[in-house]
Amino acid sequence: MSRQYIIRKILIMIPSLLGISLVLFTVLAMAPGDPFEELATNPAIPPEVRAALRAKFGLDDPVWTRYLHWLVAMIQGDWGFSFVSRMDVDKLILQRLPVTLIVIGSSQIIAILVALPVGVLAATRPYSLFDQVANTLAFVGFSLPTFFTGLLFILVFSIQLDWLPFVYRANIDATGWQFYWEHIKQSIMPVMVLGLFQGASLVRFVRSSVLDVIKLDYVTTARSKGIGERKVITKHVVRNALIPVVTLVALQLPIVFGGAIVTEQIFRVPGIGSLLISSMLSNDTPVVMAVTFVIACLVVFFNLLADIIYGWLDPRISYR
Amino acid sequence: MAGLTPASLTADAPAPAVAAPRKNRPTSPWQEAWRRFRRHRLAVASGVVLLLLIAAVTLGPFIWPVAINEIDFAAKLQGPSWAHPLGTDDLGQDLLARLIYGGRISLAVGLAAMVVAVVVGVVVGALAGMSAGWVDAALMWLTDLFLALPLLPLLLLLMYLFRDHFKRMFGVEGGAFILIVVVIGGLRWMQVARLVRAQFLSLREKEFVEAARALGASKLRLVVGHILPNALGPVIVAGTIDVAAAIIAESTLSFLGLGFPSDIPTWGSVLRDAKDYLDIAPHWALFPGAAIFLAVITINFMGDGLRDALDPRRVL
Repeated sequence: MSRQYIIRKILIMIPSLLGISLVLFTVLAMAPGDPFEELATNPAIPPEVRAALRAKFGLDDPVWTRYLHWLVAMIQGDWGFSFVSRMDVDKLILQRLPVTLIVIGSSQIIAILVALPVGVLAATRPYSLFDQVANTLAFVGFSLPTFFTGLLFILVFSIQLDWLPFVYRANIDATGWQFYWEHIKQSIMPVMVLGLFQGASLVRFVRSSVLDVIKLDYVTTARSKGIGERKVITKHVVRNALIPVVTLVALQLPIVFGGAIVTEQIFRVPGIGSLLISSMLSNDTPVVMAVTFVIACLVVFFNLLADIIYGWLDPRISYR
Repeated sequence: MAGLTPASLTADAPAPAVAAPRKNRPTSPWQEAWRRFRRHRLAVASGVVLLLLIAAVTLGPFIWPVAINEIDFAAKLQGPSWAHPLGTDDLGQDLLARLIYGGRISLAVGLAAMVVAVVVGVVVGALAGMSAGWVDAALMWLTDLFLALPLLPLLLLLMYLFRDHFKRMFGVEGGAFILIVVVIGGLRWMQVARLVRAQFLSLREKEFVEAARALGASKLRLVVGHILPNALGPVIVAGTIDVAAAIIAESTLSFLGLGFPSDIPTWGSVLRDAKDYLDIAPHWALFPGAAIFLAVITINFMGDGLRDALDPRRVL
């Protein structure tokens, strides 16, 4: 993989980031309402003061200058102040981000651990009973909305069986192994909800991708050389079949972040998803804008990562 | 090799390649599609269930004329009984009546958002497919940009910013409905646009289009009369799946408290109210959740069957 390829991909990322910022800003600018609306009804504040405030914060400037001001502020990390949490927005987000990334990361691992063996097995025995059951379960899996699976999990594992806690606690007063065990125990349900939902859609991708590869000539060659079936599948088929799956995992990321918002809300995980919802419900606009922007940037960044991995796995791509 | 594998594995084994010699009765493409659709048993069963569900929510209020907001504290949080077949909530309101009402909204939102998505998608895709050069490039850049946007955060953001405004303009229920439909539809057109563009690119070079052009058909006539009808198959499939996705999106918004307000019972908002009573009244959460699941999975299976019927070459 050439360095040129990576640089080209990074350069392509810039316009999409600009595009996303433009979309977000347009949405914000089109939104009705005025930050100083409340002052208009306050008799203690004369209209001149309000006009001066508007001028000071640049609300009367043309749209383009406002966009540029906003963009520069976002790039410089000056994301505003959260009046609800009483702290800077960037600090608040940095505090919440690791939890979200851990939840999403481990749920992706679960999804791949489930989808890979099931998808490969289903594709090696197409139309068998296993294949049909797996496919039907996959349909069930991605037709169950995450908020309902989450509630079902709570109902079964917390209320009926009383195995797992259903509220995520950030400060656990335990030390050593106990501390880690409690953390793992309270993460199981959010991670499983997200992971199984992702896994269900991945199974079908893996299956069709393996089916595309399994009948190619080089696989027949490998078989006719007397390599065992298991080795043919793991060494020859799966390796190539997984290349498109990498892109698909990346393309699914916007959905994963959506799912993370829902699961964080249900299990009260203190990540950026629950931060987004709580700041919407308490009208904390700077936080809302910043979180949306961060999630959008993360999605673009992971897409870039997938492109680079794709180029590394399949060198033909990077010479196009 | 993809062509050798039937589009979906839930379909029965493929029919023998050489069918029994039939009489030379011409079958229309739609009859052909219907024949293929019927082979997908799960899709047919799903169609029946879906029709029953639609009948239940449209005819339900006539058979079960209970008010959705009749408060009866004596009967609060009760499980299913003859008086309340699906139980009651914390105010003693009848859940069956509320779910029937919510089902109307949820299904209507799904259909309307799908129509918005398909119309936008077809227009963008057709424009891109017919006009080569920078128009095509710009439209496809826009499509890719929208595909990279995280859907749910943006949906939430739009709801958050515009909710009160729409409430003032169109009333509580109408405002929420219009906003949700426009927002969901406006963020889900990309798939259709890409499909339509791809179809247009190959169809516009076909002989029959060439013939029509040679006969002096205008560009509009070419698109509407000749190309678009042939590009419809994948669009119908994508549209079906969009209905399911829109139902999930609406329920998610309502569940998170940014869709329909609590006093309008949609499946998602009933579920949100129910989630704090899981330990004492699990039925309250189970029935709306099951309703969403049933609607979504039947629509998804229908989509799978339609894919077999209309778009037999695609494997996934």
